[in-house]
Amino acid sequence: MVAESARENKRVLEVKNLKLHYLTSQGAVKAVDDISFCLNRGETLGIVGESGCGKTTTAVALMMMPSPPGKIVGGQILIEGKDIVPMTETQIRKQIRWEKISMVFQGAMNCLTPVYTIGKQMMETLREHREMAKEEAIARIEKYLAYVGLSRDVLKRYPHELSGGMKQRIVIAMALFLEPKIILCDEPTTALDVVVQAQIINLLKDLKQQLDLSFIFITHDLATEAEVSDRLMVMYGGKIAEIGTNEQIYGKQGPMHPYTQRLLKATPLLHEKVEELAFIPGRPPDLLNPPKGCKFHDRCNVVMDRCKEEEPDLREVEPDHFVSCWRCRES
Amino acid sequence: MSENIFEAKNLQKWFPVRRSITDLLKRRQSYVKAVDGVTFSIRRGEIFGLVGESGCGKTTTGKMLMKLLEPTGGQMLLDGQDVTHITAERLKTYRREVQMVFQDPYASMNPRFRIRDVLEEPLLIHKVGEDHQERLKMVARALTEVRLQPPEEYMERFPHMLSGGQRQRAATARSLILNPKFIVADEPVSMIDLSTRAEILHMMKQVQRELQLTYLYITHDLSTARYFTDTIAVMYLGRIVEMGDPDDVIDHPRHPYTMALIAAVCEPVSGKVNRIKDVPIKGEVPSAQNIPRGCRFHPRCLYAKEECWTQIEPELEIVEGRHWVACRRYKEI
Repeated sequence: MVAESARENKRVLEVKNLKLHYLTSQGAVKAVDDISFCLNRGETLGIVGESGCGKTTTAVALMMMPSPPGKIVGGQILIEGKDIVPMTETQIRKQIRWEKISMVFQGAMNCLTPVYTIGKQMMETLREHREMAKEEAIARIEKYLAYVGLSRDVLKRYPHELSGGMKQRIVIAMALFLEPKIILCDEPTTALDVVVQAQIINLLKDLKQQLDLSFIFITHDLATEAEVSDRLMVMYGGKIAEIGTNEQIYGKQGPMHPYTQRLLKATPLLHEKVEELAFIPGRPPDLLNPPKGCKFHDRCNVVMDRCKEEEPDLREVEPDHFVSCWRCRES
Repeated sequence: MSENIFEAKNLQKWFPVRRSITDLLKRRQSYVKAVDGVTFSIRRGEIFGLVGESGCGKTTTGKMLMKLLEPTGGQMLLDGQDVTHITAERLKTYRREVQMVFQDPYASMNPRFRIRDVLEEPLLIHKVGEDHQERLKMVARALTEVRLQPPEEYMERFPHMLSGGQRQRAATARSLILNPKFIVADEPVSMIDLSTRAEILHMMKQVQRELQLTYLYITHDLSTARYFTDTIAVMYLGRIVEMGDPDDVIDHPRHPYTMALIAAVCEPVSGKVNRIKDVPIKGEVPSAQNIPRGCRFHPRCLYAKEECWTQIEPELEIVEGRHWVACRRYKEI
């Protein structure tokens, strides 16, 4: 417990028993169901999983903007020790969203309005949040453009005149210029070409160092996470399957949860010739009527009787390594 | 029968750009040179991979092969027969021989059709099968080939009732139903979840072996291309810069562009966090409307010397065996 309290000081974000359900006419779709994790200062936490596993929904919950019929039905989100879930929308907008925590959306390049210049869009966003003289605002915008490696010339341009990589850099600059310390990135590189993708990843690493930021990096690609995340959280069916450090997941020992293991095997390696790629038969669970027991049991190759009856909780099996699997607890 | 099922010789597709008033007055017409002289041949029964970044012309090439776009220049041969420009009548038989699997299985099927109707439609168009019963049998066989079993169950479903992977299987079944020789697959797995991606590729490879099909596999993903293909061709700005066996091209790349692409790929191994990755390339892809003189890669190349921009563009030449590269200085770098 001593180590526990020392760790707490470093925490910039803590999520406790968070539940976000979509309340449809057919019942509640438990998109995020009772998950707890934390984000330490200066680290990147990766969230991976298949589509529909709840990774984007988690990010949306952290931004406190679930779209109806989605609703946060329980749990706490602590930013600097303060729970933001009970706050009103006005409070969130004034104190939290974009101020303390910001987000780079999936396909962010399409977030820019085609009819305004980049300069106008950035200015409008900045002055909406801060009362600033024009000159001061321009100075701040230019400062952040420099951080993301763009010159001030882009301010006069329209989005269609810029490449995908440049637009992504602008959206990152906009996520940064109110000086939040936590940045959520939802598939920020998926729509980009590999070379540009590598450049954006380099940029994010660089910014993390320079500006003392903490990142949550969401993607479905385990290969990208290996190069970005200090710790990795694997989600399956709205739950956390495994959390481990980069070394624990990608190192010699490898991941412990059967789902992570097989997901990693399904990720092709460029420099290794394989005759047959592994895959996971079946499909993700229906979250409206989730199966009894462990949500992965019908696709698992090491399933036991207990897995079909009882759902395992997330347990620490070695320092910093959490797994929710009955099989792992046995050995 | 020739060894090559398909040959492209100096194939070009230029899209004219709408002219401004000054252009009109000066009688000037500029083009986006999406595909600017590609030459390759696809052997019977192989999987030929066309790899490159967005805008490199790989999809345009695929569309020309499908006869969805008319080439601006060059020649295309299917089974030794010239098919560069063909009549509407020939086109109908061509479409039976060459089929396509599209990227987005959510958009490539009519949502109001049951899977049975989706698969029966090509049979009706091409007047294949005596009656409805016989056609249904063919549909069932195609579904069995792509492992959608039992076929009777899937035939009655609507596309929205299938998962992404199952839809892509159904789309593959649709492309198989006319017994084509050659299938163009444009990013068939890029919209499918990682856990099932390998399953689809595996199925496509099995079907290819069983039915002795030839594929053109278009992708931006080098890792799956290595696993899936027998030949890889790397495209840059409308041209093939390197081509050969996947092992040679990926383990011993000779073109500086291929080297940069490979360096940029992320791999799921430990010890890479917090390290800034070195990708040996400069700047961004220029517009296909203003292709650089000389070697079109020279403005981004770290090894470019004067000869690269003063002399004419390098053609593909043999490095060794079945490995080609279009670079003047490949021996030195």
